[in-house]
Amino acid sequence: MKHLLSTQDLSREDAIRILDTSEQMAATQDREIRKLPTLRGKTVVNLFFEDSTRTRISFEAAAKRLSADVINFGAKGSSVSKGESLKDTALTLQAMGADAVVIRHWASGAAERLATSGWMYGSVLNAGDGTHQHPTQALLDAFTMRKHLVDSPTGSDLAGLTVALVGDVLHSRVARSNIALLKTLGATVVVVSPPTLLPVGISQWGVKISHGLDAALDEHQIDAVMMLRVQRERMTGGGAQFFPSPEEYTRMFGLDGDRMRRLPDHGIVMHPGPMNRGLEITAEAADSARSVIVEQVSNGVAVRMAALYLLLAGEEGVQ
Amino acid sequence: MSDLATNRPVVITGASLYGDTKADLVLVDGVIASLSAKDAPTDAVTIDGTGLIALPGLVDLHTHLREPGREDAETIASGSLSAARGGYVAVHAMANTTPTADTAGVVEQVWSRGLEIGLVDVFPVGAVTVGLGGTQLSEMGAMANSRAKVRVFSDDGKCVHDPVVMRRALEYVKSFDGVIAQHAQDPRLTEGAQMHEGFVSGDLGLTGWPAVAEESIIARDVLLAEHVGSRVHICHLSTAGSVEIIRWAKSRGINVTAEAMPHHMLLTDESVRGYDPRFKVNPPLRTQADVDALHAGLADGTIDIVATDHAPHPDEDKDCEWASAAFGMIGLETAVGIVQKTMVDTGLITWRDVARVMSETPASIGRDEAHGRPLAKGEPANVTLVDPKAAWTVEPTATASRSNNSPFGGIELPGRAVATFLRGRATHVDPRFEGAFS
Repeated sequence: MKHLLSTQDLSREDAIRILDTSEQMAATQDREIRKLPTLRGKTVVNLFFEDSTRTRISFEAAAKRLSADVINFGAKGSSVSKGESLKDTALTLQAMGADAVVIRHWASGAAERLATSGWMYGSVLNAGDGTHQHPTQALLDAFTMRKHLVDSPTGSDLAGLTVALVGDVLHSRVARSNIALLKTLGATVVVVSPPTLLPVGISQWGVKISHGLDAALDEHQIDAVMMLRVQRERMTGGGAQFFPSPEEYTRMFGLDGDRMRRLPDHGIVMHPGPMNRGLEITAEAADSARSVIVEQVSNGVAVRMAALYLLLAGEEGVQ
Repeated sequence: MSDLATNRPVVITGASLYGDTKADLVLVDGVIASLSAKDAPTDAVTIDGTGLIALPGLVDLHTHLREPGREDAETIASGSLSAARGGYVAVHAMANTTPTADTAGVVEQVWSRGLEIGLVDVFPVGAVTVGLGGTQLSEMGAMANSRAKVRVFSDDGKCVHDPVVMRRALEYVKSFDGVIAQHAQDPRLTEGAQMHEGFVSGDLGLTGWPAVAEESIIARDVLLAEHVGSRVHICHLSTAGSVEIIRWAKSRGINVTAEAMPHHMLLTDESVRGYDPRFKVNPPLRTQADVDALHAGLADGTIDIVATDHAPHPDEDKDCEWASAAFGMIGLETAVGIVQKTMVDTGLITWRDVARVMSETPASIGRDEAHGRPLAKGEPANVTLVDPKAAWTVEPTATASRSNNSPFGGIELPGRAVATFLRGRATHVDPRFEGAFS
């Protein structure tokens, strides 16, 4: 594997290999000394064109626990106020000898451009590009689901599970990444969203669609419910009119204690963070025993270790 | 090329006029003096036209020459040369320059610079509204009455979206037989739009440009044109629905004309996978069903013409992430090859139809009186020779344009223009003929 750009590029075998490697990585994190020498001498650059402290420190922790040298490169810029171009940044990183670049960018496709334009030759790991993909998020979500919901996780896929994604699918790279990976791993995906927040081509995505969380809970036995972040200011302001009001959204799509209790006993509650408590999820649901939201964060480090390891160290087993 | 710009007579022997009538063409003093080589003056340059299609010189109703303002992308000189190489004898230069072509002064400047270069007739398009702002009508009368004699007005790049402004513009240009060429794009429905809205945009996470944003404006404008009894021209038709609306409007007798672009006739939104900004264009590449509808519409006459929307951009505006890249692609040198590939070689239209959609009708819409004339004795010697068997693979950097943002790199086209004559003077000849001029 040279790059990790999109979960659409992953075969079932690729995905299971990453999840299994993540298990091995997670196991090392229980040791007294958590640092592995695997990527000693390798340089990993965190190239963030968009602020995301959570994702950046997760990748930073992952790289450092593999003994890689980490350079954080914040290059904020937008289509309106252009900073240095992506091309010039890439040429700079190439000149500095980056072995891998972890890129977060506001533009969909930026990671693929970086990987395929010939501007640099290192591995590219997509840490979120616009509204397109965020593959390590989907992998850590799958890892978390497999751990909780599959009897013997190692080597398994997610066949037989039903996963509900609730909220803004249109603008969500988390949703796109998850839907592709969940389908590859054999899970059934239920998308729960107002029609305004679904892409026009959704009927061809091979997912079930529901326009209310109550209806989804009635119609499906949901093993994992994943609440997507609602960007309040983007939804109702500026003439966007995706839904009438945050209150109405919460009434129809929010996860509260009552709705949570309608999940089967083993059902888990997930959220990629950061949460809008009181909008898409109540504190009762977020902090309940069913919630694996905090665990998703720690699993994120293990999955990112696995991804960096597989991109940079090749096929040898974890020492 | 200046060495070609002699005033020697030219005789083209044995060409196929319109692809169906074998004849010679004798070009003397800017006119077609005869259709028989026997009448050629002794000092005439002889071009062997065997196997070539002779068409009335091509006319592009939709070109961006970028001058004044963006001479880094294109100049009137480089754009004229690119046009001549593509077989064009006349281009209509869009108004979205800096400053905007919204005054008699700017259009006269563009027009006179085109004349000075002399490779194609450059007909400036005037802006409908001041600065393309969509609110205040520009002084279209002054542009019409200037030396540039502007007849086509367009805010291309932007839509005249205010229905009252559009209505007034349609009415106003009647006094000098002008036409409004509408860039049909509802601005509210396309805020932040990056590509055609459909399955691929959902997959790629790029903001969609829905077909309805084009179709709703066209529907409104054909009804407005009917109401005020004006003619209206629709730029770069890109959707199957748009073709249907134009077909309906024509069946009602509404005076509407429409154009299709070679890139919309050859490529689909699937090309956007990979996020290469060379495929970023406005209106965007659509689906195969839309491409098929454009072919059918051009074949049955619903779509009147093919225009290029030649839109040069420098490397730095394309060598970047998709969302930051400029919209547009160059196309003057590839247009006739693409029309041959998609329409002629597939049997949908004949070369006589190509003459109609790439020369006669665009000249008529633009009121270019000396263009799109028949290949007949006494007519202006504006002639394009196409070699329908000169297959070539497009190499984006091998262009006379100052920009190389072609989406057709690596695509094989079956034919191309091998010689262009403007009022009897060669403005482009294939290397195979260069010896004839020495």
